[in-house]
Amino acid sequence: MTDYRDLSLQGLWKNNPALVQLLGLCPLLAVTATFINGLGLGIATTLVLIGSNVTVSLVRNVVRNEIRIPVFVMIIAAFVTIVQLLMNAYTYDLYLALGIFIPLIVTNCAIIGRAEAFASKNPPLAAAYDGIMMGLGFTAVLVILGGMREILGAGTLFAGADRLFGSVAKHWTITLFATENPFILAILPPGAFLGMGLLIAVKNTIDAKLASKEKAPAVKAERARVTAES
Amino acid sequence: MKLSLSSSPHQRVKRDTGQVMRLVIYAMLPGMLAQSVIFGWGMLIQATIAVVSALVIEGIILFLRKRPIERTLTDYSAVLTGLLIAISIPPTLPWWMTVIGVFFAIAVAKQVYGGLGFNLFNPAMIAYVVLLISFPAAMSLWLPPASHASVSPDFFDSLSLIFTGFTTSGYDVTQLKTIADGVTMATPLDTVKTGLTQGVTYTESLMKPVFDGGVFDAAGAGWGIVSLAYLLGGLVLVKTRVISWHIPGGMLVSVALCAALLHLIDGDYYGSPLFHLLNGAVMVGAFFIATDPVSASTTPKGRIIFGAAIGFWVVIIRTFGGYPDAIAFAVIIMNMCVPLIDYYTRPRVYGKSVAHAKRK
Repeated sequence: MTDYRDLSLQGLWKNNPALVQLLGLCPLLAVTATFINGLGLGIATTLVLIGSNVTVSLVRNVVRNEIRIPVFVMIIAAFVTIVQLLMNAYTYDLYLALGIFIPLIVTNCAIIGRAEAFASKNPPLAAAYDGIMMGLGFTAVLVILGGMREILGAGTLFAGADRLFGSVAKHWTITLFATENPFILAILPPGAFLGMGLLIAVKNTIDAKLASKEKAPAVKAERARVTAES
Repeated sequence: MKLSLSSSPHQRVKRDTGQVMRLVIYAMLPGMLAQSVIFGWGMLIQATIAVVSALVIEGIILFLRKRPIERTLTDYSAVLTGLLIAISIPPTLPWWMTVIGVFFAIAVAKQVYGGLGFNLFNPAMIAYVVLLISFPAAMSLWLPPASHASVSPDFFDSLSLIFTGFTTSGYDVTQLKTIADGVTMATPLDTVKTGLTQGVTYTESLMKPVFDGGVFDAAGAGWGIVSLAYLLGGLVLVKTRVISWHIPGGMLVSVALCAALLHLIDGDYYGSPLFHLLNGAVMVGAFFIATDPVSASTTPKGRIIFGAAIGFWVVIIRTFGGYPDAIAFAVIIMNMCVPLIDYYTRPRVYGKSVAHAKRK
Protein backbone atom coordinates (compact mmCIF):
# COMPACT_ATOMS: atom_id res chain seq x y z
CA MET A 1 0.00 0.00 0.00
CA THR A 2 1.35 3.40 -0.92
CA ASP A 3 1.71 5.94 1.82
CA TYR A 4 0.42 9.12 0.21
CA ARG A 5 1.14 11.25 3.20
CA ASP A 6 4.78 10.25 3.10
CA LEU A 7 4.90 10.85 -0.67
CA SER A 8 3.67 14.43 -0.22
CA LEU A 9 6.10 15.07 2.60
CA GLN A 10 8.98 13.71 0.52
CA GLY A 11 8.11 15.82 -2.54
CA LEU A 12 7.32 19.05 -0.79
CA TRP A 13 9.90 19.07 1.97
CA LYS A 14 12.14 16.16 2.97
CA ASN A 15 13.30 15.27 -0.51
CA ASN A 16 12.45 18.50 -2.32
CA PRO A 17 13.97 18.25 -5.81
CA ALA A 18 15.38 21.77 -5.70
CA LEU A 19 16.35 22.27 -2.06
CA VAL A 20 17.54 18.79 -1.09
CA GLN A 21 18.31 16.85 -4.26
CA LEU A 22 19.62 20.04 -5.92
CA LEU A 23 18.30 18.83 -9.26
CA GLY A 24 17.24 21.00 -12.15
CA LEU A 25 19.34 23.91 -10.95
CA CYS A 26 19.98 25.21 -14.45
CA PRO A 27 16.37 26.27 -15.20
CA LEU A 28 15.85 27.05 -11.52
CA LEU A 29 18.60 29.66 -11.50
CA ALA A 30 18.12 30.92 -15.03
CA VAL A 31 14.42 31.73 -15.25
CA THR A 32 13.54 32.86 -11.73
CA ALA A 33 14.11 36.56 -12.33
CA THR A 34 10.37 37.09 -11.82
CA PHE A 35 7.58 35.34 -9.94
CA ILE A 36 5.56 34.61 -13.07
CA ASN A 37 8.49 33.15 -15.00
CA GLY A 38 9.17 30.84 -12.08
CA LEU A 39 5.50 29.83 -11.84
CA GLY A 40 5.31 29.22 -15.61
CA LEU A 41 8.32 26.96 -15.68
CA GLY A 42 7.18 25.25 -12.49
CA ILE A 43 3.79 24.37 -13.97
CA ALA A 44 5.39 23.17 -17.20
CA THR A 45 7.83 20.98 -15.27
CA THR A 46 5.04 19.60 -13.08
CA LEU A 47 2.93 18.64 -16.13
CA VAL A 48 5.88 16.87 -17.72
CA LEU A 49 6.68 15.14 -14.45
CA ILE A 50 3.13 13.80 -14.03
CA GLY A 51 2.93 12.65 -17.64
CA SER A 52 6.30 10.96 -17.69
CA ASN A 53 5.83 9.35 -14.28
CA VAL A 54 2.50 7.78 -15.29
CA THR A 55 3.79 6.57 -18.66
CA VAL A 56 7.00 5.17 -17.23
CA SER A 57 5.00 3.41 -14.56
CA LEU A 58 2.65 1.90 -17.18
CA VAL A 59 5.48 0.50 -19.28
CA ARG A 60 7.69 -0.48 -16.36
CA ASN A 61 7.09 -4.20 -16.80
CA VAL A 62 7.50 -4.16 -20.59
CA VAL A 63 10.74 -2.22 -20.91
CA ARG A 64 13.90 -4.28 -20.53
CA ASN A 65 16.30 -3.10 -17.90
CA GLU A 66 19.22 -2.54 -20.32
CA ILE A 67 17.42 0.02 -22.44
CA ARG A 68 15.29 1.70 -19.79
CA ILE A 69 17.14 5.04 -19.73
CA PRO A 70 16.75 5.80 -23.49
CA VAL A 71 13.10 4.79 -23.25
CA PHE A 72 12.56 7.10 -20.27
CA VAL A 73 14.29 9.97 -22.04
CA MET A 74 12.12 9.53 -25.12
CA ILE A 75 8.97 9.47 -23.01
CA ILE A 76 10.05 12.65 -21.23
CA ALA A 77 11.00 14.31 -24.51
CA ALA A 78 7.56 13.52 -25.91
CA PHE A 79 5.84 15.18 -22.95
CA VAL A 80 8.15 18.18 -23.09
CA THR A 81 7.27 18.60 -26.77
CA ILE A 82 3.57 18.48 -25.91
CA VAL A 83 3.99 21.11 -23.18
CA GLN A 84 6.14 23.27 -25.42
CA LEU A 85 3.55 23.21 -28.22
CA LEU A 86 0.76 23.95 -25.72
CA MET A 87 2.66 26.94 -24.34
CA ASN A 88 3.44 28.14 -27.84
CA ALA A 89 -0.28 28.04 -28.58
CA TYR A 90 -1.80 29.43 -25.40
CA THR A 91 0.83 31.44 -23.52
CA TYR A 92 2.95 32.74 -26.36
CA ASP A 93 4.57 35.63 -24.43
CA LEU A 94 5.64 33.34 -21.62
CA TYR A 95 6.87 30.86 -24.23
CA LEU A 96 9.11 33.59 -25.61
CA ALA A 97 10.25 34.70 -22.14
CA LEU A 98 11.26 31.22 -21.04
CA GLY A 99 12.86 30.49 -24.40
CA ILE A 100 15.35 27.63 -24.47
CA PHE A 101 14.49 26.57 -20.93
CA ILE A 102 11.22 24.92 -22.01
CA PRO A 103 12.89 22.35 -24.32
CA LEU A 104 15.64 22.02 -21.70
CA ILE A 105 13.08 20.54 -19.27
CA VAL A 106 14.07 17.26 -20.98
CA THR A 107 17.45 17.48 -19.33
CA ASN A 108 16.05 18.33 -15.90
CA CYS A 109 17.53 15.60 -13.74
CA ALA A 110 14.62 15.82 -11.34
CA ILE A 111 12.35 14.26 -13.98
CA ILE A 112 14.56 11.38 -15.09
CA GLY A 113 15.47 10.95 -11.45
CA ARG A 114 11.84 10.38 -10.43
CA ALA A 115 11.26 8.12 -13.45
CA GLU A 116 14.21 5.96 -12.47
CA ALA A 117 13.88 6.08 -8.68
CA PHE A 118 10.11 5.95 -8.24
CA ALA A 119 7.91 5.57 -11.32
CA SER A 120 9.73 2.50 -12.68
CA LYS A 121 9.05 0.64 -9.44
CA ASN A 122 5.52 1.74 -8.51
CA PRO A 123 1.96 1.53 -9.89
CA PRO A 124 0.63 4.41 -12.07
CA LEU A 125 -1.54 6.05 -9.44
CA ALA A 126 1.28 6.35 -6.90
CA ALA A 127 3.62 7.51 -9.67
CA ALA A 128 1.17 10.23 -10.70
CA TYR A 129 0.82 11.38 -7.11
CA ASP A 130 4.61 11.42 -6.72
CA GLY A 131 4.85 13.48 -9.92
CA ILE A 132 2.36 16.01 -8.58
CA MET A 133 4.13 16.37 -5.24
CA MET A 134 7.64 16.56 -6.67
CA GLY A 135 6.41 19.06 -9.24
CA LEU A 136 4.72 21.17 -6.57
CA GLY A 137 7.88 21.10 -4.45
CA PHE A 138 9.95 22.25 -7.40
CA THR A 139 7.38 24.90 -8.35
CA ALA A 140 7.26 26.22 -4.79
CA VAL A 141 11.00 26.84 -4.79
CA LEU A 142 10.89 28.44 -8.25
CA VAL A 143 8.07 30.74 -7.16
CA ILE A 144 9.66 31.74 -3.85
CA LEU A 145 13.03 32.39 -5.48
CA GLY A 146 11.39 34.28 -8.36
CA GLY A 147 9.32 36.35 -5.94
CA MET A 148 12.35 37.19 -3.79
CA ARG A 149 14.45 38.24 -6.76
CA GLU A 150 11.63 40.24 -8.33
CA ILE A 151 10.89 42.15 -5.12
CA LEU A 152 14.55 42.92 -4.46
CA GLY A 153 15.53 43.61 -8.03
CA ALA A 154 12.54 45.46 -9.45
CA GLY A 155 10.32 46.28 -6.48
CA THR A 156 7.33 44.55 -8.08
CA LEU A 157 5.46 41.27 -7.74
CA PHE A 158 3.45 39.37 -10.38
CA ALA A 159 4.88 41.51 -13.18
CA GLY A 160 3.86 40.02 -16.53
CA ALA A 161 1.06 37.95 -15.04
CA ASP A 162 -0.86 38.38 -18.30
CA ARG A 163 1.75 36.23 -20.03
CA LEU A 164 0.51 33.25 -18.06
CA PHE A 165 -3.11 34.05 -17.24
CA GLY A 166 -4.16 36.08 -20.26
CA SER A 167 -5.38 39.67 -20.41
CA VAL A 168 -7.47 39.26 -17.23
CA ALA A 169 -4.21 39.51 -15.30
CA LYS A 170 -3.02 42.74 -16.92
CA HIS A 171 -3.35 44.71 -13.70
CA TRP A 172 -2.20 42.11 -11.23
CA THR A 173 1.26 43.64 -10.94
CA ILE A 174 1.89 44.92 -7.44
CA THR A 175 4.45 47.70 -7.21
CA LEU A 176 5.99 47.57 -3.74
CA PHE A 177 8.37 50.43 -4.25
CA ALA A 178 9.58 52.45 -7.21
CA THR A 179 13.26 53.24 -7.39
CA GLU A 180 15.62 54.86 -9.83
CA ASN A 181 18.37 52.54 -8.64
CA PRO A 182 17.06 48.98 -8.77
CA PHE A 183 19.19 46.36 -7.02
CA ILE A 184 20.30 44.74 -10.28
CA LEU A 185 22.36 42.07 -8.52
CA ALA A 186 19.17 40.26 -7.48
CA ILE A 187 18.09 39.94 -11.12
CA LEU A 188 21.54 38.88 -12.35
CA PRO A 189 22.66 35.21 -12.13
CA PRO A 190 24.71 35.78 -8.92
CA GLY A 191 21.47 36.88 -7.24
CA ALA A 192 19.95 33.51 -8.14
CA PHE A 193 22.85 31.65 -6.54
CA LEU A 194 22.78 33.82 -3.42
CA GLY A 195 19.00 33.49 -3.09
CA MET A 196 19.17 29.72 -3.59
CA GLY A 197 21.89 29.44 -0.95
CA LEU A 198 19.79 31.45 1.49
CA LEU A 199 16.71 29.28 0.82
CA ILE A 200 18.69 26.10 1.47
CA ALA A 201 20.11 27.66 4.64
CA VAL A 202 16.62 28.57 5.85
CA LYS A 203 15.36 25.04 5.17
CA ASN A 204 18.31 23.52 7.03
CA THR A 205 17.72 25.86 9.98
CA ILE A 206 14.05 24.86 10.16
CA ASP A 207 15.03 21.18 9.96
CA ALA A 208 17.55 21.63 12.75
CA LYS A 209 14.92 23.38 14.89
CA LEU A 210 12.41 20.60 14.23
CA ALA A 211 14.98 17.95 15.05
CA SER A 212 15.91 19.59 18.33
CA LYS A 213 12.22 19.96 19.21
CA GLU A 214 11.61 16.28 18.55
CA LYS A 215 14.52 15.40 20.76
CA ALA A 216 13.54 17.78 23.52
CA PRO A 217 10.66 15.75 25.10
CA ALA A 218 12.96 12.73 25.48
CA VAL A 219 15.31 14.65 27.77
CA LYS A 220 12.46 16.18 29.74
CA ALA A 221 12.12 14.75 33.21
CA GLU A 222 8.91 12.90 33.90
CA ARG A 223 6.42 15.05 35.73
CA ALA A 224 6.03 13.99 39.27
CA ARG A 225 2.49 13.63 40.45
CA VAL A 226 2.04 15.82 43.49
CA THR A 227 -1.71 15.98 43.69
CA ALA A 228 -4.36 13.37 43.48
CA GLU A 229 -6.10 14.96 40.52
CA SER A 230 -4.71 15.51 37.01
CA MET B 1 68.23 35.79 32.81
CA LYS B 2 64.76 34.38 32.79
CA LEU B 3 64.41 30.79 31.67
CA SER B 4 61.08 29.79 30.29
CA LEU B 5 59.93 26.30 31.13
CA SER B 6 56.89 26.26 28.88
CA SER B 7 56.59 23.94 25.89
CA SER B 8 56.96 25.15 22.32
CA PRO B 9 56.36 27.51 20.55
CA HIS B 10 58.95 29.66 22.29
CA GLN B 11 58.91 32.55 19.90
CA ARG B 12 55.75 34.55 20.40
CA VAL B 13 54.06 36.70 17.80
CA LYS B 14 54.43 40.23 18.99
CA ARG B 15 51.27 41.63 17.47
CA ASP B 16 47.71 40.41 17.74
CA THR B 17 45.08 40.87 15.07
CA GLY B 18 43.74 44.07 16.60
CA GLN B 19 47.17 45.71 16.63
CA VAL B 20 47.87 44.74 13.02
CA MET B 21 44.50 46.07 11.88
CA ARG B 22 45.01 49.30 13.81
CA LEU B 23 48.45 49.81 12.24
CA VAL B 24 46.95 49.32 8.79
CA ILE B 25 44.27 51.90 9.64
CA TYR B 26 46.91 54.41 10.83
CA ALA B 27 48.84 53.87 7.61
CA MET B 28 45.74 54.72 5.62
CA LEU B 29 45.42 58.10 7.32
CA PRO B 30 47.73 60.10 4.99
CA GLY B 31 45.82 58.86 1.96
CA MET B 32 42.45 59.50 3.59
CA LEU B 33 43.57 62.98 4.59
CA ALA B 34 44.70 63.76 1.04
CA GLN B 35 41.46 62.34 -0.34
CA SER B 36 39.26 64.45 1.91
CA VAL B 37 41.30 67.65 1.45
CA ILE B 38 41.16 67.30 -2.33
CA PHE B 39 37.72 65.80 -2.84
CA GLY B 40 35.78 67.14 0.13
CA TRP B 41 34.02 65.83 3.19
CA GLY B 42 32.08 63.08 1.46
CA MET B 43 34.62 60.35 2.06
CA LEU B 44 34.80 61.02 5.81
CA ILE B 45 31.01 60.88 6.09
CA GLN B 46 31.02 57.63 4.10
CA ALA B 47 33.71 56.30 6.42
CA THR B 48 31.53 57.03 9.43
CA ILE B 49 28.49 55.38 7.84
CA ALA B 50 30.51 52.37 6.72
CA VAL B 51 32.34 51.80 10.01
CA VAL B 52 29.22 52.16 12.14
CA SER B 53 27.15 49.88 9.92
CA ALA B 54 30.02 47.36 9.71
CA LEU B 55 30.20 47.16 13.51
CA VAL B 56 26.41 46.95 13.91
CA ILE B 57 25.99 44.28 11.22
CA GLU B 58 28.93 42.26 12.52
CA GLY B 59 27.49 42.49 16.04
CA ILE B 60 24.06 41.29 14.92
CA ILE B 61 25.47 38.38 12.92
CA LEU B 62 27.77 37.35 15.79
CA PHE B 63 24.77 37.45 18.12
CA LEU B 64 22.77 35.27 15.73
CA ARG B 65 25.70 32.87 15.40
CA LYS B 66 26.15 32.87 19.20
CA ARG B 67 29.81 33.87 18.91
CA PRO B 68 31.73 36.17 21.27
CA ILE B 69 30.73 39.67 20.17
CA GLU B 70 33.12 41.92 22.02
CA ARG B 71 36.30 40.02 21.18
CA THR B 72 35.54 40.03 17.47
CA LEU B 73 34.39 43.64 17.31
CA THR B 74 37.57 44.85 19.01
CA ASP B 75 39.87 43.14 16.50
CA TYR B 76 39.23 46.14 14.21
CA SER B 77 38.79 43.96 11.13
CA ALA B 78 35.24 45.22 10.59
CA VAL B 79 36.43 48.81 11.05
CA LEU B 80 39.14 48.28 8.44
CA THR B 81 36.67 46.69 6.02
CA GLY B 82 34.33 49.66 6.49
CA LEU B 83 37.14 52.14 5.85
CA LEU B 84 38.32 50.29 2.73
CA ILE B 85 34.78 50.38 1.36
CA ALA B 86 34.48 54.09 2.18
CA ILE B 87 37.65 55.06 0.33
CA SER B 88 36.74 53.01 -2.75
CA ILE B 89 33.19 54.23 -3.36
CA PRO B 90 32.24 57.64 -4.76
CA PRO B 91 32.02 60.11 -1.83
CA THR B 92 28.48 61.15 -2.75
CA LEU B 93 26.96 57.68 -2.92
CA PRO B 94 23.52 57.52 -1.22
CA TRP B 95 23.91 56.18 2.32
CA TRP B 96 21.71 53.13 1.86
CA MET B 97 23.92 51.89 -0.98
CA THR B 98 26.92 52.10 1.32
CA VAL B 99 25.02 50.09 3.91
CA ILE B 100 24.07 47.44 1.34
CA GLY B 101 27.74 47.19 0.37
CA VAL B 102 28.82 46.85 3.98
CA PHE B 103 26.14 44.21 4.53
CA PHE B 104 27.49 42.11 1.66
CA ALA B 105 31.05 42.55 2.91
CA ILE B 106 30.39 41.61 6.52
CA ALA B 107 27.37 39.33 6.42
CA VAL B 108 27.85 37.52 3.12
CA ALA B 109 31.55 37.65 2.23
CA LYS B 110 32.84 37.31 5.80
CA GLN B 111 30.39 35.79 8.29
CA VAL B 112 28.62 33.33 5.97
CA TYR B 113 32.00 31.78 5.27
CA GLY B 114 32.74 31.54 9.00
CA GLY B 115 34.08 34.92 10.08
CA LEU B 116 37.54 36.46 10.06
CA GLY B 117 40.14 33.98 8.90
CA PHE B 118 37.75 31.86 6.85
CA ASN B 119 36.64 34.30 4.18
CA LEU B 120 37.61 33.20 0.69
CA PHE B 121 37.28 36.68 -0.79
CA ASN B 122 38.32 40.13 0.29
CA PRO B 123 35.13 41.45 1.96
CA ALA B 124 35.64 45.09 0.96
CA MET B 125 36.10 44.15 -2.69
CA ILE B 126 32.99 41.95 -2.65
CA ALA B 127 31.11 45.00 -1.39
CA TYR B 128 32.59 47.13 -4.16
CA VAL B 129 31.70 44.64 -6.90
CA VAL B 130 28.16 44.13 -5.55
CA LEU B 131 27.63 47.89 -5.60
CA LEU B 132 29.29 48.35 -8.99
CA ILE B 133 27.18 45.76 -10.79
CA SER B 134 23.99 46.70 -8.93
CA PHE B 135 24.21 50.48 -9.19
CA PRO B 136 26.57 51.16 -12.12
CA ALA B 137 25.34 54.72 -12.63
CA ALA B 138 25.67 55.87 -9.03
CA MET B 139 29.01 54.09 -8.63
CA SER B 140 30.60 56.04 -11.46
CA LEU B 141 29.59 59.51 -10.25
CA TRP B 142 32.87 60.94 -8.97
CA LEU B 143 33.04 64.64 -8.25
CA PRO B 144 35.99 66.58 -9.67
CA PRO B 145 38.64 67.74 -7.19
CA ALA B 146 37.72 70.92 -5.33
CA SER B 147 40.31 72.89 -7.31
CA HIS B 148 38.44 72.18 -10.56
CA ALA B 149 34.82 72.25 -9.51
CA SER B 150 32.60 75.28 -10.05
CA VAL B 151 30.51 74.44 -7.01
CA SER B 152 32.31 72.51 -4.33
CA PRO B 153 30.15 70.91 -1.62
CA ASP B 154 31.01 71.81 1.99
CA PHE B 155 30.37 69.52 4.97
CA PHE B 156 26.62 70.07 5.17
CA ASP B 157 26.25 69.87 1.41
CA SER B 158 28.02 66.50 1.43
CA LEU B 159 25.92 65.27 4.33
CA SER B 160 22.75 66.33 2.61
CA LEU B 161 23.91 64.83 -0.73
CA ILE B 162 24.50 61.45 0.88
CA PHE B 163 21.22 61.37 2.78
CA THR B 164 18.83 63.18 0.42
CA GLY B 165 20.56 63.24 -2.95
CA PHE B 166 20.70 67.05 -3.08
CA THR B 167 22.98 69.69 -1.57
CA THR B 168 21.55 72.27 0.82
CA SER B 169 21.18 74.63 -2.14
CA GLY B 170 19.44 72.03 -4.27
CA TYR B 171 22.15 70.76 -6.62
CA ASP B 172 22.33 67.05 -7.38
CA VAL B 173 25.50 65.08 -8.07
CA THR B 174 25.27 65.32 -11.84
CA GLN B 175 25.12 69.11 -11.63
CA LEU B 176 28.07 69.19 -9.25
CA LYS B 177 30.09 67.15 -11.72
CA THR B 178 29.85 70.02 -14.15
CA ILE B 179 32.96 72.14 -14.02
CA ALA B 180 33.27 75.63 -15.49
CA ASP B 181 31.89 76.13 -19.02
CA GLY B 182 29.26 73.45 -18.54
CA VAL B 183 31.72 70.63 -19.19
CA THR B 184 31.26 67.60 -16.99
CA MET B 185 34.33 65.94 -15.64
CA ALA B 186 34.85 62.24 -15.02
CA THR B 187 37.76 60.49 -13.34
CA PRO B 188 41.02 60.31 -15.32
CA LEU B 189 40.53 56.60 -16.04
CA ASP B 190 36.94 57.21 -17.13
CA THR B 191 37.97 60.13 -19.31
CA VAL B 192 40.52 58.07 -21.21
CA LYS B 193 38.21 55.06 -21.46
CA THR B 194 35.21 56.97 -22.86
CA GLY B 195 37.60 59.02 -25.00
CA LEU B 196 38.86 55.90 -26.74
CA THR B 197 35.32 54.75 -27.55
CA GLN B 198 34.65 58.15 -29.15
CA GLY B 199 37.80 58.15 -31.23
CA VAL B 200 39.76 60.45 -28.90
CA THR B 201 43.25 59.03 -28.40
CA TYR B 202 44.97 58.62 -25.05
CA THR B 203 47.37 61.49 -25.76
CA GLU B 204 44.48 63.76 -26.72
CA SER B 205 42.63 62.80 -23.54
CA LEU B 206 45.66 63.90 -21.51
CA MET B 207 44.95 67.46 -22.71
CA LYS B 208 41.56 67.52 -20.99
CA PRO B 209 41.09 69.60 -17.82
CA VAL B 210 40.98 66.49 -15.61
CA PHE B 211 44.73 66.15 -16.16
CA ASP B 212 45.50 69.84 -15.42
CA GLY B 213 47.69 70.43 -12.41
CA GLY B 214 48.54 66.80 -11.75
CA VAL B 215 51.84 65.98 -10.05
CA PHE B 216 52.83 64.12 -13.18
CA ASP B 217 51.62 64.49 -16.73
CA ALA B 218 49.67 61.29 -16.72
CA ALA B 219 48.22 61.46 -13.23
CA GLY B 220 44.95 63.33 -12.99
CA ALA B 221 44.68 66.46 -10.90
CA GLY B 222 44.29 65.45 -7.27
CA TRP B 223 44.20 61.73 -7.99
CA GLY B 224 47.99 61.55 -8.33
CA ILE B 225 48.51 63.15 -4.91
CA VAL B 226 46.02 60.78 -3.29
CA SER B 227 47.84 57.83 -4.84
CA LEU B 228 51.20 59.09 -3.57
CA ALA B 229 49.78 59.58 -0.08
CA TYR B 230 48.57 55.97 -0.03
CA LEU B 231 51.97 54.90 -1.36
CA LEU B 232 53.60 56.68 1.59
CA GLY B 233 51.34 54.92 4.11
CA GLY B 234 51.95 51.62 2.35
CA LEU B 235 55.71 52.01 2.52
CA VAL B 236 55.43 52.63 6.27
CA LEU B 237 53.51 49.35 6.56
CA VAL B 238 56.22 47.50 4.67
CA LYS B 239 58.93 49.17 6.76
CA THR B 240 57.22 48.21 10.04
CA ARG B 241 56.75 44.67 8.66
CA VAL B 242 53.00 44.69 9.06
CA ILE B 243 52.86 43.51 5.46
CA SER B 244 55.60 41.88 3.42
CA TRP B 245 56.88 43.59 0.29
CA HIS B 246 56.04 40.63 -1.92
CA ILE B 247 52.43 41.42 -2.83
CA PRO B 248 52.68 45.21 -3.37
CA GLY B 249 56.07 44.79 -5.06
CA GLY B 250 54.82 42.11 -7.40
CA MET B 251 51.67 44.04 -8.19
CA LEU B 252 53.26 47.44 -8.87
CA VAL B 253 56.07 45.98 -10.99
CA SER B 254 53.58 43.92 -12.94
CA VAL B 255 51.26 46.90 -13.54
CA ALA B 256 54.24 48.95 -14.72
CA LEU B 257 55.56 46.18 -16.98
CA CYS B 258 52.21 45.30 -18.56
CA ALA B 259 51.40 48.98 -19.08
CA ALA B 260 54.88 49.67 -20.50
CA LEU B 261 54.54 46.80 -22.96
CA LEU B 262 51.19 48.06 -24.25
CA HIS B 263 52.43 51.66 -24.23
CA LEU B 264 55.42 50.66 -26.38
CA ILE B 265 53.14 48.94 -28.87
CA ASP B 266 50.97 52.03 -29.33
CA GLY B 267 51.72 55.01 -27.09
CA ASP B 268 48.87 56.96 -28.60
CA TYR B 269 46.28 54.44 -27.57
CA TYR B 270 47.49 52.68 -24.42
CA GLY B 271 48.23 54.57 -21.19
CA SER B 272 51.77 54.94 -19.88
CA PRO B 273 52.98 53.01 -16.79
CA LEU B 274 52.72 56.20 -14.70
CA PHE B 275 49.16 56.73 -15.88
CA HIS B 276 48.23 53.25 -14.69
CA LEU B 277 50.18 53.40 -11.42
CA LEU B 278 48.94 56.79 -10.23
CA ASN B 279 45.30 56.68 -11.29
CA GLY B 280 42.46 54.73 -9.81
CA ALA B 281 43.03 52.44 -6.88
CA VAL B 282 46.34 50.77 -7.79
CA MET B 283 48.25 52.15 -4.77
CA VAL B 284 45.43 51.47 -2.30
CA GLY B 285 44.99 48.07 -3.89
CA ALA B 286 48.65 47.11 -3.79
CA PHE B 287 49.29 48.04 -0.15
CA PHE B 288 45.93 47.85 1.61
CA ILE B 289 43.59 45.58 -0.32
CA ALA B 290 45.61 42.83 -1.99
CA THR B 291 47.61 42.35 1.22
CA ASP B 292 44.58 41.18 3.24
CA PRO B 293 46.20 38.42 5.32
CA VAL B 294 43.21 36.09 5.05
CA SER B 295 42.34 36.05 1.39
CA ALA B 296 45.82 36.57 -0.09
CA SER B 297 48.45 33.96 -0.78
CA THR B 298 50.59 33.05 2.22
CA THR B 299 53.90 31.81 0.83
CA PRO B 300 56.63 34.30 -0.21
CA LYS B 301 56.84 33.03 -3.79
CA GLY B 302 53.07 32.70 -3.92
CA ARG B 303 52.65 36.30 -2.81
CA ILE B 304 54.79 37.57 -5.66
CA ILE B 305 52.77 35.51 -8.14
CA PHE B 306 49.51 36.66 -6.50
CA GLY B 307 50.50 40.34 -6.65
CA ALA B 308 51.86 40.11 -10.18
CA ALA B 309 48.74 38.40 -11.45
CA ILE B 310 46.56 41.11 -9.90
CA GLY B 311 48.68 43.73 -11.64
CA PHE B 312 48.31 41.88 -14.92
CA TRP B 313 44.52 41.68 -14.61
CA VAL B 314 44.28 45.34 -13.62
CA VAL B 315 45.95 46.50 -16.81
CA ILE B 316 44.10 43.96 -18.97
CA ILE B 317 40.66 44.80 -17.58
CA ARG B 318 41.31 48.55 -17.59
CA THR B 319 42.46 48.41 -21.19
CA PHE B 320 40.13 45.86 -22.75
CA GLY B 321 37.29 45.47 -20.25
CA GLY B 322 34.04 47.32 -19.78
CA TYR B 323 34.89 49.06 -16.51
CA PRO B 324 37.40 51.91 -16.08
CA ASP B 325 39.08 50.45 -12.99
CA ALA B 326 39.66 46.85 -12.10
CA ILE B 327 41.28 46.43 -8.69
CA ALA B 328 38.20 44.73 -7.21
CA PHE B 329 37.74 42.30 -10.10
CA ALA B 330 41.46 41.52 -10.23
CA VAL B 331 41.68 40.88 -6.50
CA ILE B 332 38.58 38.64 -6.50
CA ILE B 333 39.80 36.64 -9.51
CA MET B 334 43.13 36.04 -7.76
CA ASN B 335 41.47 35.26 -4.41
CA MET B 336 39.96 32.27 -6.20
CA CYS B 337 43.41 31.14 -7.33
CA VAL B 338 45.02 31.40 -3.88
CA PRO B 339 44.61 27.73 -2.87
CA LEU B 340 46.21 26.67 -6.16
CA ILE B 341 49.07 29.17 -5.84
CA ASP B 342 49.72 28.17 -2.23
CA TYR B 343 49.70 24.49 -3.15
CA TYR B 344 52.39 24.87 -5.79
CA THR B 345 54.58 27.34 -3.89
CA ARG B 346 54.83 25.57 -0.55
CA PRO B 347 58.26 26.30 0.87
CA ARG B 348 60.68 23.41 1.27
CA VAL B 349 60.38 21.69 4.63
CA TYR B 350 63.49 22.35 6.70
CA GLY B 351 65.96 19.48 6.38
CA LYS B 352 64.48 18.14 3.19
CA SER B 353 66.80 18.72 0.26
CA VAL B 354 65.41 19.69 -3.09
CA ALA B 355 67.01 16.64 -4.68
CA HIS B 356 65.33 14.39 -2.17
CA ALA B 357 61.98 15.91 -2.84
CA LYS B 358 62.47 15.47 -6.57
CA ARG B 359 63.58 11.84 -6.29
CA LYS B 360 60.31 11.02 -4.62
